Formats: sequence, C-alpha cells, structure tokens
Amino acid sequence: MAIASSTRAPFDRVTLLAAPAVLILCALFLYPFVYGLWLSFAPAAGGALANYHKFFADPFLYGTIATTLWLALPVTILNLVLAVPVAMRVRLMHSQRLLTTILVLPITLGVVLIAQGLLTYLGPQGWFNRALMTLGLVSHPVRLVHDYWGVFLSLFITGFPFTFLLTLSHVSGIDPALEQAAATLGANARQRFFRVILPLLAPGLAIAFCLSFVQAFSVFPSAILLGAPAGPTRVISIAAYQAAFEDFDYSMASAIAMIMGGVQLAIIAAVLGLRGLAYRGPAGGGKG
Amino acid sequence: MARAASFGELRFDRISRSFGTVDALRDVTLTIRKGEFIALLGPSGCGKSTTLNILAGLLPATGGGIWLDERRIDTLRPEERGFGMVFQNYALFPHMNVRRNIGFGLAMRHVSRAEIARRTQEAIALVRLEGHADKLPGQLSGGQQQRVAIARAIVIEPPLVLMDEPLSNLDAKLRLEMRAEIRRIHMSLGATTIYVTHDQEEALSLADRIVVMQAGDVRQVGTPDDLYARPASLDVAEFMGFRNRLSGEIVESDGAGASVRVGAALLRGVAASPLAKGARATLVMRTADLAPAPPDASTVPAIVTAGEFRGDGFVCSGASESGAELWFTSPTRLAIGEAVHLRIDPARARLYPADGA
Repeated sequence: MAIASSTRAPFDRVTLLAAPAVLILCALFLYPFVYGLWLSFAPAAGGALANYHKFFADPFLYGTIATTLWLALPVTILNLVLAVPVAMRVRLMHSQRLLTTILVLPITLGVVLIAQGLLTYLGPQGWFNRALMTLGLVSHPVRLVHDYWGVFLSLFITGFPFTFLLTLSHVSGIDPALEQAAATLGANARQRFFRVILPLLAPGLAIAFCLSFVQAFSVFPSAILLGAPAGPTRVISIAAYQAAFEDFDYSMASAIAMIMGGVQLAIIAAVLGLRGLAYRGPAGGGKG
Repeated sequence: MARAASFGELRFDRISRSFGTVDALRDVTLTIRKGEFIALLGPSGCGKSTTLNILAGLLPATGGGIWLDERRIDTLRPEERGFGMVFQNYALFPHMNVRRNIGFGLAMRHVSRAEIARRTQEAIALVRLEGHADKLPGQLSGGQQQRVAIARAIVIEPPLVLMDEPLSNLDAKLRLEMRAEIRRIHMSLGATTIYVTHDQEEALSLADRIVVMQAGDVRQVGTPDDLYARPASLDVAEFMGFRNRLSGEIVESDGAGASVRVGAALLRGVAASPLAKGARATLVMRTADLAPAPPDASTVPAIVTAGEFRGDGFVCSGASESGAELWFTSPTRLAIGEAVHLRIDPARARLYPADGA
C-alpha cells in the first residue's frame, strides 16, 4: 500500500484558475472590511475603543439596534410564515411559472420605486385611505407613511418574493409520496405538515430566514423615504450614514457598521445553531 | 401480532377515472374477499396503479363507488380509510429512524406509548430488522428500506394492505428474496393484500387471484394456474407469455379443440371459445411448447435466425414461411440459417378468433 491516505494530494495547477476570483474578492470585500475594522479602532479622539464606548453609552445610538431588529425580525418571520403555505400550494399548481413570475416581479422593481409608489398609495390622500374612508371603516386617514408601518410594508413587499423563491425550492424538494404515505397512515393535513413537511423543511427555512433577515436588517432607502428617520424607524444604517456624511466621522461610521455586522452575525449564528439540531439529510423517500 | 381488522368483501362498482379526455380506467367492477392476495397485473399505463391510488384515496374516481361490505369508502379521505400502503419508492420519512417510521401510524391513532413500543418491536421482528431499529432510512439498503415500508404498513393492522410495485426498485436477487418474504408475511398475518405489478412471474408466484388489466379495462380475473393455462383472450395470452402467433383458417372444430391451416401445415390447438369452420383464427403458444421435430403434416418450417444458451438448452428464434417470428426451444445448438421443422404441443397451444374478427 504505497499510496497511503495520509500523503497529501499533489498541487493541481488548475487550482490557479481560481486566482482572479480570489483577487477580486480580496480587493472588493476583504480589503474594505479589514480597512473598516482598523478604521473603527482609530477614532478622532480617545482610545482604540472610544467609538464603541460612545455607541453603547448613547441611547440615541445603541437604540438603533433595537429599532432595526424590531423591523427586521417581524418582517422576516411574517415573510416565512406566509411563504410556506403559498409555496406548498404553488407546488401543486399547473400554471406555476405564471404565478411565480407575478410573485417575483417586485424584486425587479427596486426598493426606491416601491417606496415611491407606497408613499402615494398609502399616504393620507392615497387610494388606500380614501377607500377605507369611503367604506366608512375610518373617519380620519390612517397614518401609514412616515411611520413604522410604511417601512414594514415596503420591506415585506420587497422581501417576500425573495423568501418565497427560496422556500419554493425547498418545498419542491420534498417527495410528495411522503405526504401521501403519512395520509394513508392516518395523519390529517395538520399532522402531515407538522410531523413530516415542517421537519424536512426546517433546515431550508433556517437558510431562507438568514438571507431574508440580512436583507431586511440593512434597510436604508425605505426607512428614509417611507419611515420616520428621526423616530420610530431610525435604523442602524441611518446612524452610520449620519456619522459618515453629516458628522464626517468615518471612524465612528465604521464602528457602527462593525456593530451592525456583529448583530447580524449573532442572529445568524443563533439560527444556524438551531438548524444544527434538525435533520439535514435528503428529503426524498426512496433510495438515493 | 393481532389479526387484521375484519370485513367480508371489498367491492369495486363500475369505478372509472379519466384524465381530461383520456379514460385511464373504465367501469372496473371487482369483488375481493377477506384474506385474499390479489395481484393487479398489466403493462405500464394499463390503469393498475390508478386503481390502487383510487382505492387508497390518493386519487379521486370520476365515476362509480368502492364498498367495504355495506360501507362506501371512496368518499372518505385517505387518512379515514385506514389501509396500509407500501409505495414503489418506499416513501419512508427520512428524518425518522426505523422505529419511529414504523410507529408513525400507531401514533396517529393515539395508541399508548407502551403499546406503540411493543407493537413496533413485534413488527421489526416480523420483517427481521432487529439491530437496525435506531437507524435512519438513509443508512439502510434498498431491501431493508422495503422491509421498513412493509412493517410500517402492516403494524396498524389494516383491513387492506396495498402494495404498488414494491419490488421494482430492487435487484434481481433481492427481488426473489423479498417476494418470498412478502408471501411469508401474508401467510402469517392473513391480511387482505392488493398488489400491483407488471411482472407476471411475481403475480403468478404471490397471488391467490390475478386481475389482468389492459388499457383501463379488466380483461380477466382468475387463479394463477387458470391464467397461465387458459388466458381468455389473445391480449391476455400474449401478456402471459404466449409469445408465438400463427394465423390461419379453421378447417375442423370439435369438443377438444380445433385444427387450423397455416400455410401447408395443419396445426391443432385448444380453442378458448367455439370456432366455426372457415373462420380466421390465431394460434398462440409459448416458447417451451415449440421444438424442432422430423417434418410431417403438423410441423411448421422455419429458418433459424438466432440462438441463446440457457443452461438446460437453447432458446432460438426463427422465421416462418409467412415471415412470422417464432421462438422455440432446442436441446442442441442450431446454426443460424439452418432449416428446421417445428412441432407444436397441441394440448398447450391456444386458438383465438383472429384479430379484428
């Protein structure tokens, strides 16, 4: 046995083909990140941790974490909770492609266009409020824009197609025979979902959650256009923006960006940790 | 393990199913008695799986009804029927170990934990999977997965066990083993079983009665011996292995059979139904019932076109004078291009009215 398994594989020159990609990654991602990290520890005044001290001492700054989470978490959870039943239904449909196209359309519109549209549609003189008043459901226009709910809705509209597509691919991966088998064994629709479908879907949903959450957490345009950037929707990215372009304190802005990344990482780590507890094998019923 | 839940008979009353304008099933009427092992046999697309899915409640019928004694069941949801079903691809829950897979049906029936543990253990023993109880399906071989699927279907003690081509994903050796296993389990439980297959050998070896289906119709229902020896129609005969066909005119017909003139030869066979003198008829026979012999008035001349060694002899093909391909057995090797005369076993050849007659 001359070829022992402990000997390492010889260097394959084909690997060099990855070099341009690695280079671009370093230049566009790794370098700015490391530079930002270094910048955050080099404040205009005070010690290396001065920016971080400042952030966590000022409720106007550290409060943005809670504000952003308060937007991003409910939106992400709502997206997932709605995406699963819709995907379950769409999987069985014949005109799947048409419906998927309609659902995915908002992605192509861009955040700003949707924010502009919602601004007029949901505003005090918009169709939505006028319809409610005509129907006699409310006597005064409901305040939706320049408030929490405007941003919430816009995040929902832009985030849902994305979450839906991710969920649909996971739902389609589950062998329909499993549900049929569960039915012949006496499981009703509810039991089939919670005992068979959901456990198999959980790892995929965790990934969908992470990706949707990161998208929602970095909300910026709609928080400014549709929200109340000084109040209920003063999200963390606004704090970073103000530090950088109103106070011209790049070091502080970098520190806020690092904190933002840290919070996202913590949530994702927690979700992926939970995912580790779930079954992660193939979701087919038969031989592989 | 306790005996299966009791019922007298299962009746299909003119069940039909159409997909758009295509009739997948036409007026299937069938009565199955308690404890029987029934095989639904037919080529792919004949409607056998459709029948099984309608029975399981996975597909609605577009006409007719299914009755379990006096209870109509085709309007019930699958979870209300309580039949055990074994799927072609096993459909084991990949995230549950063997024990939980088998216990799933019992858990849905709110059986107590201790009872589930006891019955699951019995089922595991019945399919001989002791030692694998805590494995996930992905860690089992195809044959073991199939055993889990069978155990999961029978542990709930269903009045009916439905099997949809359960052996088609296994290799030849394992298929023979599992066939014996299925027979053994049926013998020990006595559960009424409906088994879908396209393999006539499987149907013949397992079933008490076989239902031959073709193009959405039931063509014949009978015991394996009956079907093997006396197919009711030309289609069924062909499906049951009557591979050779010769067409001719009836020259003589009596109680025991009829004689048909094919070219210069006068051949005898058993008529499935009375045939009038002068009618066109098709004579069919199995490969084993056709062999080279000295030429006389009752042999068919042919030119050998191919030969295959089968251990105990040769299976050859030849072209008859009319161009029909004939398959026959020969104890000795024959050269390709050799002229032979083939004798038909008159007691085993069957005569049917010619196609379209």
